Amino acid sequence: MNALPCTIYVSFAGALLALAAGSRSAQAARVVALLTALASWGIVLAAATGFVPAAGLQDLVNVAWIPEMGIRYHLAVDGISLTLLVLTGLAATAGVLFSWNITERTGEFFALYLALIGGVYGVFLSADAFVLFVFYEIAIVPKYFLIANWGSTNREYGAMKLVLYSFAGSALVLAGLLWAYAAGHGTGFSLPELVAATGSLSLAQQIGVFGLVFTGFATLAGMFPLHTWAPTGHVAAPTAASMLLAGVVMKLGAYGCLRVALPLSPAAFALLQPYIAWLAIIGILYAGFVALVQDDFKFVIGYSSVSHMGFVLLGLAAANVTAVSGAVFQMFSHGVIAGLLFAVVGRMVYERTHTRQLADLRAMSLHRLIPFAAVVFVLAGIASMGLPGFSGFPAELTILIGTWQRQPLWALAAAFGVLIAAAFTLRAIQVSFFGRTGTDRCDTPIEPLPAITWPEKTGALLLLGATIYLGLSPDTLFDWIRPALQSPYFHAILTGGLS
Amino acid sequence: MTADYAGLFHALRPESHLVIGALLVLFFDVLWARHRPANRHHVALALGLISLLMAATAAVTQGTIGPVFQKMLVIDQLAVATRVGVFALAAFALALLPESSRQRHPAEFTAILLFATTGFTLMAAANHLLIIFLALELASLSLYVLAGFDKKSAASAEAGLKYFLFGGMSAAFLLFGFSLIYGLTGSLHLGNIATQLAIQGQPPLLIVALVMVLVAFGFKAAAAPFHLWAPDVYQGAPAPAAALIASASKLAGLVLFTRLLWPGLGTAVGTIAHTPITVGWAPVVALLSAASLLLGNIGALAQTNVRRLLAYSAIAHAGALLLGVIAAGRIGLGPLYFYAATYGLATVGAFGVVAALETAGPVQNLTDLAGLYRRSPLLAGCLAVFILSLAGIPPLAGFFGKFAVFSSVLRLGGLAGPAGWLVILAIALSAVALYYYLLILKQALVAAPVKNAPRVTTPWPARIALLVAAGLLVLLGVMPSLLLQLF
Repeated sequence: MNALPCTIYVSFAGALLALAAGSRSAQAARVVALLTALASWGIVLAAATGFVPAAGLQDLVNVAWIPEMGIRYHLAVDGISLTLLVLTGLAATAGVLFSWNITERTGEFFALYLALIGGVYGVFLSADAFVLFVFYEIAIVPKYFLIANWGSTNREYGAMKLVLYSFAGSALVLAGLLWAYAAGHGTGFSLPELVAATGSLSLAQQIGVFGLVFTGFATLAGMFPLHTWAPTGHVAAPTAASMLLAGVVMKLGAYGCLRVALPLSPAAFALLQPYIAWLAIIGILYAGFVALVQDDFKFVIGYSSVSHMGFVLLGLAAANVTAVSGAVFQMFSHGVIAGLLFAVVGRMVYERTHTRQLADLRAMSLHRLIPFAAVVFVLAGIASMGLPGFSGFPAELTILIGTWQRQPLWALAAAFGVLIAAAFTLRAIQVSFFGRTGTDRCDTPIEPLPAITWPEKTGALLLLGATIYLGLSPDTLFDWIRPALQSPYFHAILTGGLS
Repeated sequence: MTADYAGLFHALRPESHLVIGALLVLFFDVLWARHRPANRHHVALALGLISLLMAATAAVTQGTIGPVFQKMLVIDQLAVATRVGVFALAAFALALLPESSRQRHPAEFTAILLFATTGFTLMAAANHLLIIFLALELASLSLYVLAGFDKKSAASAEAGLKYFLFGGMSAAFLLFGFSLIYGLTGSLHLGNIATQLAIQGQPPLLIVALVMVLVAFGFKAAAAPFHLWAPDVYQGAPAPAAALIASASKLAGLVLFTRLLWPGLGTAVGTIAHTPITVGWAPVVALLSAASLLLGNIGALAQTNVRRLLAYSAIAHAGALLLGVIAAGRIGLGPLYFYAATYGLATVGAFGVVAALETAGPVQNLTDLAGLYRRSPLLAGCLAVFILSLAGIPPLAGFFGKFAVFSSVLRLGGLAGPAGWLVILAIALSAVALYYYLLILKQALVAAPVKNAPRVTTPWPARIALLVAAGLLVLLGVMPSLLLQLF
């Protein structure tokens, strides 16, 4: 348990080591990165085995940091953050495996990658809003360089757009937090203090604070209509970065909404709840329809991410224990599944065929060339559609049940999104891997593609294993998440709102 | 009342070190070093750094003294911190002095830099209108010379002349303002002025005087609309001179005017934390701040020249610093000092990278930085730290500076008045700023080098200075209390 803060330090130290190792050899940098990712994931898993779920945060570190401004270095963990820490470790390890083929400036790549991971661990462990914000911003800048240096299609545009959206979002968060901090006469940034300070404001001002902080975090979570950075950024990013972006970084936004924004002002949340829910539903449907007509394989996955993140936001907006626990579960589930999909598209397919146009892929008969990729993609697609046996099913089902309890109309509209998800996923599977018709299957000679390497297989199996395990045993996570939601900190939002 | 000359000399020990150092530099150069061209640069550099170090040691060991010499100077916590900060920034700027044939008079450059620094430290401690003016002029005249120091470059001459003309004009405004204040209060001493103004309230003439003073302040801080000199000077001046103008000069100027405005003219501050605002200097400073934030950030977007871009970023930062001045008298000087010092550090560093690169070829356009990560990984890494600190990315000190200043302004009255709204504007514009800062880093860290671009070898004094500056930015970002606890 108490070793959890080391995940942050190990990641940052690993970043420096990878940078140093990279100047000697690329292989050394890869090994350093893999060991770092494994070490921090190991720390999380070790902590998870000894974790006793409880209501409220369990303190890890709590020392004065900047006493002049009442800021404490306060790290703590509960079932929600532990869920996301496990996801971070998993996605980080898989991401390193899928970046094994990076040969250019390898040391720098992994240094930035691990710095990003360190920031993400930091956000999930923070119990003080200032600390959370600092780690949140640390995670922003590496993304620019990862995408602009090692990305593909339109990478400088995608990188800049993504980073400016993220930074603008964090600027809104900063403005809101400072507003609340000033309202509390600058005593401190601990979450309960900020909640109390916001509560002392007038309702109009509470709406202002809540609107700033929520919009800021929701931008990173890909909420409609502020989602447009996500598809372009994901498409431009190198595989490991897309996996992290869709898998983990978008969760930073959703986590920030849940941990900081919503409890900040239950009154403002109650007023804005229907609007948030409808924006989430529009996001689910709109992104689903857009994914249905994309020509670029990676854009399909990029928009599907926005659509699935819509479910997370809907779960948060519905704001009862069932829906919110489903939302947290969906964060984990989508992190794993999106990672898998991006790994197949970006690494297994694109790096071999050098095209992501569905029209080109259709002519290639990929299921015979790289059958492993085909199997993984079909399984990941099924998981993404939310079929039973995979983690997507309990996640979306719980969200829909919880949403129904609050407002059946929302659940009906969102359930339509599940159908669209099935449609665009099946289309992607069919067109990309099983494009050729039966007649010419055996006649035309096929140019062989390079075989799938062991790091890719290991990474894919890790992620597949996680989604299947959680599909079969969802209570592993729900047993962590539900007690955390019993915390008095969440009480006001989970009982308030529309009722 | 007798003048306490012994006390004065004791209090001015750091300045004495600087002046003696400057004279020694010239003396050694004339008698010895000019006949040994290989060592000329090193001797000047070593003597200059030693005198700065001795001055800093003297300033730290003597600590706070309080009012000195019939209260003409005041050596308080702020003065000590500013002196040390100014010495450090000047030492960084001096270490960047390029060891090339272009720099033909290293001793003169060092000596004038030391004189300018003497002016800065006096600005930090001045508590009397005459001393304020003299210190300001000592610093400014030295800076005019430094800006035009590159005799062979027309741009440098233009920079020197432009800086001189703008500076002379603003000095005239300042003097006129001072004469009005003297006429109103019958005193040149800040404490007496404050007592007098407290009795008189706000005579209309005071408003005129305030405007005059603020014009000079705007010039010194490079705040819009008095910023016009900045892009040209930053572009034309030798890089170490530009570094000094952008960092130490700004820190000293801010401290000087904060002292003038708060302890001196604090009764005429007015309020802008709540609506309706009341008249005073704070609304004017807020206007300057808003104009600087908008003009600096939006102007920087259009720049293709690194130095001009840094100049517009300096204007934008001046806007944020002016916000800090508004809050300084109520919430404390810590945030303002922290912001100004760390901003200076990052700017010295950025100009240092430019100076180091200039040994391998001219650095004007952004594209001149292309492929820096291959040409010199050290410079590229340091530049990333400096620029990201300017952009306000944690864990670098620039982030915390912004954070501290913004939160101190919001603590004045939340969003109930223009001060709070300006904070929101500043935060929103920081997202704009990230764009142009990333344009610099995109060239340095992402773009491929042009063909046959030579590797850059950095001389070791500059290398050490850059590494120390980058290290300090990280250290102060992680542990801001190191500076904040001083106030």
